[in-house]
Amino acid sequence: MKILVCITHVPDTTSKISFTDGDQKFDQTGVQFIIGPYDDYALARAVELKEQSGGSITVLNVGGPETEPTIRKALAIGADDAVRVNAEPTDSLFVAQQIAEHAKDAGYDLILMGRESIDFNGGMVHGMVGEILDLPSISPVMTLNVEGDTVKMAREIEGGKETVEVKMPLIAGCQEPIAEWKIPNMRGIMSARTKPLSVVEPVTEEVATSLTRYELPPAKGAVKMVDADNVSELVDLLKNEAKVL
Amino acid sequence: MAILVFVESAEGKIKKTSIEAVVYAARVGGDVTAISLGTEVNDTELAALGKYGASKVLNVADDRLNQGVIQAYANVLNQAMNKVGADLLVLANSSLGAPVSARVAIKQDASLVSNVTELPDISNGFVVKRSIYTGKAFANVELTKAKKILAIKKNAAEIRESGGDVPVEEFSPELTDADFGVAITGVDQATGDVLLPEAEIVVSGGRGLKGPENWGMIEDLAKELAAATGCSKPVSDIGWRPHHEHVGQTGVKVAPTLYLAVGISGAIQHLAGVNSSKYIVVINKDEDAPFFKAADYGIAGDAFEVIPKLTEALKAAR
Ligand SMILES: Cc1cc2nc3c(=O)[nH]c(=O)nc-3n(C[C@H](O)[C@H](O)[C@H](O)COP(=O)(O)OP(=O)(O)OC[C@H]3O[C@@H](n4cnc5c(N)ncnc54)[C@H](O)[C@@H]3O)c2cc1C
Ligand SMILES: Nc1ncnc2c1ncn2[C@@H]1O[C@H](COP(=O)(O)O)[C@@H](O)[C@H]1O
Repeated sequence: MKILVCITHVPDTTSKISFTDGDQKFDQTGVQFIIGPYDDYALARAVELKEQSGGSITVLNVGGPETEPTIRKALAIGADDAVRVNAEPTDSLFVAQQIAEHAKDAGYDLILMGRESIDFNGGMVHGMVGEILDLPSISPVMTLNVEGDTVKMAREIEGGKETVEVKMPLIAGCQEPIAEWKIPNMRGIMSARTKPLSVVEPVTEEVATSLTRYELPPAKGAVKMVDADNVSELVDLLKNEAKVL
Repeated sequence: MAILVFVESAEGKIKKTSIEAVVYAARVGGDVTAISLGTEVNDTELAALGKYGASKVLNVADDRLNQGVIQAYANVLNQAMNKVGADLLVLANSSLGAPVSARVAIKQDASLVSNVTELPDISNGFVVKRSIYTGKAFANVELTKAKKILAIKKNAAEIRESGGDVPVEEFSPELTDADFGVAITGVDQATGDVLLPEAEIVVSGGRGLKGPENWGMIEDLAKELAAATGCSKPVSDIGWRPHHEHVGQTGVKVAPTLYLAVGISGAIQHLAGVNSSKYIVVINKDEDAPFFKAADYGIAGDAFEVIPKLTEALKAAR
């Protein structure tokens, strides 16, 4: 089986978010970058599928040269080769077109992505690539099993899940509990250094949106503590101060 | 401007998030057509969308659409946009609306923005505010294409009622077997309960509750408040609670008016799922738990003592 996993290079989930250049740019000072947690689930499931039935895993990232350590980490976790589309991932349409261009004649059986990137939180790229390539796109996917040429999945819906069956090839936006995150081992890290990472230029510059300005939420006021022996005071505050009851 | 609004339903009723989408569209200004897919909502319920600002409702009464088949839905919405000459499609950023809108955006060559939190600014172009970095920040984004799609977040528009019933029209788009290539073979969904993503009040429990057998008091409190129940990630990872209750960075992002966190430490990844809440109450036995910094009200105390007392106090204050 031939699998493509699309990964993002995003700030660690504990990062403090701030902006520079008159709120036009994300401030990278002191920020650690990681593989998007949902993309990490997709990659982990791809590695499991490969262990079960063989095949190959390619990882793809649309990003500048600074994303290469993140791509190498994906190679260390178990991908065989990698492609970096050398461009700022400016919007979902731009990214989707780069991924679609790479995948269109490559013969992937499965294209796995994360349910969403944790910087942009679009949740859009998989559906867009699906439409461009005329392939089914399923998201958010909680379990994914291959039986012959059919893939059985559970898709999360509000308050539960639905089970879905579809023939390959297809695109899935993954989330937990599809697989457990994998930590690269020493051998993986060593071999990742020499695995092929090719760099290609974007096929189009087309975008559908443009940033005007970033903004931070207003700061939260101080917490009002209520004595544990006086819970009725909390009820009173919720009723008469917050007016939420 | 002609606006199409995709409305979703659950158990025969239009979902609140979809009503918000209709209100949102009406407030953007223009001629608003709502569209419902499947046979599970009756015409009376659909006609009543006029109250929220729709001038007409299209109903695609095809029972194959009683299940949310993403490609078929995208195809229907595409044809409906063409039929009403829509410049703008508005829908709730739901588990169905989001993946469907991505496909429609390509079909329509439209600009698409998801997680929209406010009405657009159309004084100079078409700019919307969207939530990014999992609620830790916002981006103001201009939609540069002629056609536009907005997937809106809960609370993006406050529900108001004005007009009365409007006509419901049958719409029969062309669908082929290929649109139904993805087979939905089963649905397993909590019914009757308050659904977490839509809830106005959420009571969540964390690892501090020690075990699944202690969720009774959380459920009692939730019942008293007509709230949905949630949990932290480790709690669903160990299987104390179902996965769809897991709140946070990698789980459900909630936006209630009141979020009550019991025995949850307040890790930044948990906070990422609750930072759109209007008020946060934290109950934790450790007075230095990080969650208190993100809270409006707090009680430093043992949940096993505080929660039953709180439920009693709420009952008494009814
Ligand atoms: C990439 C990534 C993504 C993540 N995504 C999520 C996510 O989406 N959601 C999420 O929740 N976590 C997420 N996590 C995990 C997160 O970092 C925390 O580990 C988790 O939120 C902790 O859960 P908890 O607060 O229930 O448990 P703990 O951290 O163990 O906290 C238990 C709390 O209960 C209190 N307590 C104990 N006994 C009592 C008592 N009797 N009465 C009252 N209080 C008591 C303790 O003081 C403590 O504060 C993620 C982590 C990573 C790395
Ligand atoms: N710059 C990128 N490079 C590669 N894949 C991406 C990129 N951006 C998004 N994706 C993929 O698309 C998924 C959804 O992203 P988004 O629509 O931005 O939420 C992510 O989880 C990734 O799998």
